[in-house]
Amino acid sequence: MAQKKHKVAVAHGSPAAGGHHEHHGGHHDHGHHDQEELKTFGFWLFLITDVILFGTLFATFAVLRLNVAGGPTGGDLIELPGIIASTFILLTSSFTSGLALLSMNKGNKNGLIGWLIVTALLGASFIYLEATEFIHLVNEGANIGTSAYWSAFFTLVGTHGLHVSVGLVWMIALIIQLSKRGITPVTKRKVNIISLYWHFLDVVWIFVFTIVYLMGVM
Amino acid sequence: MWDKIKEFSSEFFVTGDPLILGAQVSIGLTLVAVVLVLTYFKKWRWLWSEWLTSVDHKRIGIMYIICSILMLFRGGVDALLMRTQLAAPELEFLTAEHYNQIFTTHGVIMILFMAMPLMFGLFNIVVPLQIGARDVAFPFLNSLSFWMFFFGAMLFNLSFVIGGSPDAGWLAYPPLSELSGSPGVGQDFYIWGIQISGMGSLATGINFIVTILKMRAPGMKLMKMPMFTWSVLSSSLTIILAFPILTVTLFLLFLDRYAGAHFFTLDGGGNPMMYINLIWMWGHPEVYIVVLPAFGIFSEIVSTFSKKRLFGYSSMVYALMSISIVSFFTWAHHFFTMGSGANVNAFFAVSTMIIAIPTGVKVFNWLFTMFRGKLSFPTPMMWTIAFIPCFVIGGMTGVMLSVAPADFQYHNSYFLIAHFHQTLIGGVVFGFFAGLYYWWPKMFGFKLHEGLGKWAFWFWNIGFYVCFMPQYALGFMGMTRRFNEYNFDMGWQPLNVVSTVGAFLMGIAFLFQVWQIAHSIRFYKKEPTGDTWNGRSLEWSIPSPAPMYNFARTPIVTSRDDWWEKKERRRKGEPELPHVAKAEQAPLEPIHMPRNSGVPFVMSFFWFIAGFGFVWDWTWMVIPGLIGVIVCMLVRSFTYNTDYYVPVDEIERTEAAARGAH
Repeated sequence: MAQKKHKVAVAHGSPAAGGHHEHHGGHHDHGHHDQEELKTFGFWLFLITDVILFGTLFATFAVLRLNVAGGPTGGDLIELPGIIASTFILLTSSFTSGLALLSMNKGNKNGLIGWLIVTALLGASFIYLEATEFIHLVNEGANIGTSAYWSAFFTLVGTHGLHVSVGLVWMIALIIQLSKRGITPVTKRKVNIISLYWHFLDVVWIFVFTIVYLMGVM
Repeated sequence: MWDKIKEFSSEFFVTGDPLILGAQVSIGLTLVAVVLVLTYFKKWRWLWSEWLTSVDHKRIGIMYIICSILMLFRGGVDALLMRTQLAAPELEFLTAEHYNQIFTTHGVIMILFMAMPLMFGLFNIVVPLQIGARDVAFPFLNSLSFWMFFFGAMLFNLSFVIGGSPDAGWLAYPPLSELSGSPGVGQDFYIWGIQISGMGSLATGINFIVTILKMRAPGMKLMKMPMFTWSVLSSSLTIILAFPILTVTLFLLFLDRYAGAHFFTLDGGGNPMMYINLIWMWGHPEVYIVVLPAFGIFSEIVSTFSKKRLFGYSSMVYALMSISIVSFFTWAHHFFTMGSGANVNAFFAVSTMIIAIPTGVKVFNWLFTMFRGKLSFPTPMMWTIAFIPCFVIGGMTGVMLSVAPADFQYHNSYFLIAHFHQTLIGGVVFGFFAGLYYWWPKMFGFKLHEGLGKWAFWFWNIGFYVCFMPQYALGFMGMTRRFNEYNFDMGWQPLNVVSTVGAFLMGIAFLFQVWQIAHSIRFYKKEPTGDTWNGRSLEWSIPSPAPMYNFARTPIVTSRDDWWEKKERRRKGEPELPHVAKAEQAPLEPIHMPRNSGVPFVMSFFWFIAGFGFVWDWTWMVIPGLIGVIVCMLVRSFTYNTDYYVPVDEIERTEAAARGAH
């Protein structure tokens, strides 16, 4: 580990030989390569902060789970079959984003873009199902202001949905960049990072599914 | 139509208070003056291309420090207004409502918009230089952090003249901070001002962890890092673990106010106690976030001015790290009186007392570093010496407060006020002043005038004790915090007068510091070398101010206090190790540097727009603001040409100019 750090530090300080006064994206040299490694490490740290963010929301939900103030409970209104369907859709999208990575590592640009599109479509269907569920709940008379339970429910599930939506916009931007630039060290790092993000959201969803839906509703 | 406009502006602008009217006029005049000066001297382009879009850590650091000094002024004026109101019983200087606003903004500004940016300013200026790096890991993100802080602070301060200031205390406990208790927009300014700048702080935490772990010069093992860098690492780790909790907490409060949610309300099943737990889960680590770097600064200074290596380096590292861990397990000591039960209180009382152990270790390390050292006492060292007794008293009163049963007496009294001011002024402010004086020559290439600095030092210190020692006694006499007036019969007047005198002595001290800075600029005297204080770590091995790329050649580190050891070897005529000598004579190579970018400024400005829209519930303003933020992110994502190389001849010119000045 120490050896590795040492290498990074040396390479950072000494740009590749040759007079590249302008740096063009996708050109593989040492200076840039390390920059990509730094960004990946930075993203891991960001994920730690996101774990804490969701952890705080889960704690809030746990504290408020019984506070329905005489109104409807989750068990009264939530219909599990739709949730189970969207869970499988999201899990599958995590699998397809893994397939995208495999294609990338084989240097298969079309496979990579294809699997990313499949992933994004699955993500979009997840969001569609979630939006439908929310509309259904609001029509049944449960919105964010109904009681503390529903405030915590909509905030926790909605924050996850917001993360997935941000991921979708990001993934589309990345698909465009990949089709223009192909697989370069920079785009490779970007795909690696978004797939970390996507798997992370999957893990968070497993907790949402378990704590909010299975333990809270069934 | 006219009536509508009049009605709107009477809600929009704060009216009816001569103090605020004066402030509005002077803010307006200052803005006009700034615009005129910039236009007259044709400085707009310079401002934009050299500063606003800069990703250079040294310039970002300077901008942080300028902002924090302005905020120190604003927070200090708040303090003096409060002390004036309390100088005599039943004084009608400030109305109750105005007093509430002032103690709220004083707290928020001093912690979040004065201490934090001063700390980030020193992080930025010092850390890359100490570890032999060319910049931080993510220069673009660094600039974004600064502008998020800047626009967050602007949004918060705007509440003073537009809409009305928040008045529910610096941590905004519900239900007072809910819509039912604070129907005005002040609380929304509070939420969005802190939220926007808090996201910037979080990014700074990530940035410095990556910088320190991945970008150290070759040979600088973790246990060879300068102590300030260690303290920044521990503080940054605490930031990334604590700030997400703040983000969530403020977001939930926002949902309560904006969307009618029931997280912390008294009705609908909400739980206000949960807010108090959550906010202190961030808030307690936050005070360690600001004080740990101060400990790092003192370690650097004590060692430099004792001409000795730091005593107990490893124990110092373990102390820093254990404080940042234990700081997450003490939050409930802020509300022993909530009624969590004896066992919960006992846990938090013990964990609080445990923190005193590593802190004590540090104090002894500093003392033993000075023991038999060749001591000298320029201003940075004076602040360090003053810090030790001050912080020890503050720490011991802290241990008194941590005794849960006794805390029922001290809770929310002036004893508490005196305690935390003693740790925050005696620890954090003294520490950052010491750091500012110490690294000032590195930032600007000239020293601050020592004589005026000593006047400022004595006024600060005497003022501090005169102001806060009486407050311990006032606490025992039953005076509680946030009272805006008291009855003559309480017998509190004499000590309150003394305390107010002390506050004004500190006000005079601040004026001395402003004078000191102005005087030192007026009688500018270039520092002949880059090594003003005969320093020990790498930042002193390069010219002052540091060239844009910091190090022409990446230094090779062989020991702790590497620069000091190198000087010793030179003095004794010993040769360098072969690989060090080889690296020092290697031909220069082009240096890889990040390009400037306007995106951080523009994106933070859009956050400001969105935040302002949320404050006033103006969806037409929120939507373009958020769209602007997303567009800026996409622009950045699609930008691939983000860096360039500094050619060798330019490095040679810069180095020659810097060395020529010797």
